[in-house]
Amino acid sequence: MKKKKVVQFIGFLLLRMCLYTVLAILLLFLYDIGKKGGGAISWEFLSQPPRRGMTQGGIFPAIVGTFVVTIVTAVLAIPLGMFAAIYLNEYAKQSRLTRIIRLAIRNLSGVPSIVYGLFGVILFVNILKFGTSILSAGLTLGLLTLPWTITASEEALKTIPNSYREGSLALGATKWQSIRTNVLPYAIPGMLTGTVLGLARAAGETAPILFTGAAFYLPYLPKSLSDQFMALPYHLYIMATQHHAIQQVRPLAYGTALVLIVLVLGLNMTAIVIRFRLRRKRRW
Amino acid sequence: MKWFKKGRWRQSSSLVFQLIETFWGGEEKDLPHSGEKPSLPKSLRGKRTLARWKESAIKAFFFTNGVLAIIVLIGIFAILLYTAVPAFKEIPLKEFFGNKIWDPTSPEKAQYGLLSMIVSTMICTAGALLLAIPIGLGVAAYLSDVAHWRVREIVKPIVEILAGIPSVVTGFLGIVLFGPVIAKIFHTGHGLNAVNGSFLLAIMALPTIISISEDSLSAVPTAYTEASLALGGSRWQTLVRVKIPAALSGIIASFMLGMGRAIGETMTVLMATGNARSFPHGFLESVRTMTANIAIELGEVPYYTTHYYALFAIGLVLFIMTFIVNLIADVILNKYQQREL
Repeated sequence: MKKKKVVQFIGFLLLRMCLYTVLAILLLFLYDIGKKGGGAISWEFLSQPPRRGMTQGGIFPAIVGTFVVTIVTAVLAIPLGMFAAIYLNEYAKQSRLTRIIRLAIRNLSGVPSIVYGLFGVILFVNILKFGTSILSAGLTLGLLTLPWTITASEEALKTIPNSYREGSLALGATKWQSIRTNVLPYAIPGMLTGTVLGLARAAGETAPILFTGAAFYLPYLPKSLSDQFMALPYHLYIMATQHHAIQQVRPLAYGTALVLIVLVLGLNMTAIVIRFRLRRKRRW
Repeated sequence: MKWFKKGRWRQSSSLVFQLIETFWGGEEKDLPHSGEKPSLPKSLRGKRTLARWKESAIKAFFFTNGVLAIIVLIGIFAILLYTAVPAFKEIPLKEFFGNKIWDPTSPEKAQYGLLSMIVSTMICTAGALLLAIPIGLGVAAYLSDVAHWRVREIVKPIVEILAGIPSVVTGFLGIVLFGPVIAKIFHTGHGLNAVNGSFLLAIMALPTIISISEDSLSAVPTAYTEASLALGGSRWQTLVRVKIPAALSGIIASFMLGMGRAIGETMTVLMATGNARSFPHGFLESVRTMTANIAIELGEVPYYTTHYYALFAIGLVLFIMTFIVNLIADVILNKYQQREL
């Protein structure tokens, strides 16, 4: 009897250590970047382009580039993801085709990001002749985000109780009318939250934009969608590994990492908080 | 072929039939009491058809978006295959998979051997799983069995935050934070090697492993645990001998998904493993994985050369590897769902 308790105590202690290890790693990440990156952050850093071979100045073009490319991503991924989710949750029957679609979605989310990059190079850059541009990179990231937005949107649709649809159908409304008036208004906040999570991940991706539009260094801001652009994650990669004076630019690299992480985690956190609130508020 | 035996094939005997049904099927077969259709006054009949047309059009529109996922997946495969085929015309398969030397720019004799990179990818992935499996399963078990529900509510979003850290940031920390530590511990000149890569990949695979394992542990019915506790088992015994075996398929699926992520991850390994092209003999050597090689060379290679096509061939190999790993995870998860624990 005694032995059993001792074993249980040790066992649970080990499990707790696992959790503490993970939390410690996360804290170490955030602490290191926050401490060393915080020193580099200034108004100049955020609002100026890089100068003197990127050893001085700021990261303004990279912030703008990431922002613009994320908008292109959103324009592609949000509607497509929502429409696909509406089909899957509202129209699709339990059939083989539906199962294949779901299988395809799950597999798409497992395709390596560099493979999306290769796909983007051929389809958007070469075949559709968009060149290495914001458009190509944004569309590539949009496809990458698609499985996440579909899944998240479907989750939101699932939370709407069937009585909402049935009530409307019973009054003689068509299926689309019911969806439009009784399902979507309640589901859209949830759908958007999930989509924001997907976009946050896309904004931090580097591999898909390496060859579809990100530029090493541009002294000016992109003027149209067919221009190349600087992006925060790619800029960090350059500053961390490709720069000629790596030690000298370490503070700038830390600063870039901090801005990137604040951007991505900020988006993440907003989505998580909104989702938490939504869950609380809804009691059907 | 379960769908066939159960007679579901009648509903969806073929893809063509499915398409026809989708485009013209105004009727809702699912509704149990559809009965006879009420006959409309003549003045309204035209309207009704119009409305029906509109409904079918809307349905068709959503359907097109629904099958988009299949089109994209097949499109990726087709484009990779199409671009990789010219490479295999020049490079025999035996050389591609059997040769250890990858030297496409050699002036005498270009060599395209993938073996070193495949082994490098395997080493990093194996190391990552070695670290991530025990810790991930431990956290999942702690969250599902030991922790107070409030702790769980707090920790789960934190795990999501870990998943949200961009891979390039993880790679950067591999260089500046873990590299020097690893160099000091193992007395190597620099810390950019397979150990560093494995460690970072483990961190990236952890959120997947934790959340899916936790889900499947929580899905074990309470009847199982109650029976075990009633027989005098301790909570620890119940966890190890009842819950984990009952949730094993979900747990293994989570390992597979974590593995898929580790195989396909690019930026962290590109930044933190040193990228030496030689054949790796251990964890302390600098390695270059398949993903890293594509990222390094695609920017410099002239278009439409054998080298260019060969990089897409690597992409194709990667796609197929991750596809198989994910498919296995999917099959395991589905089996587990059908058993209805």
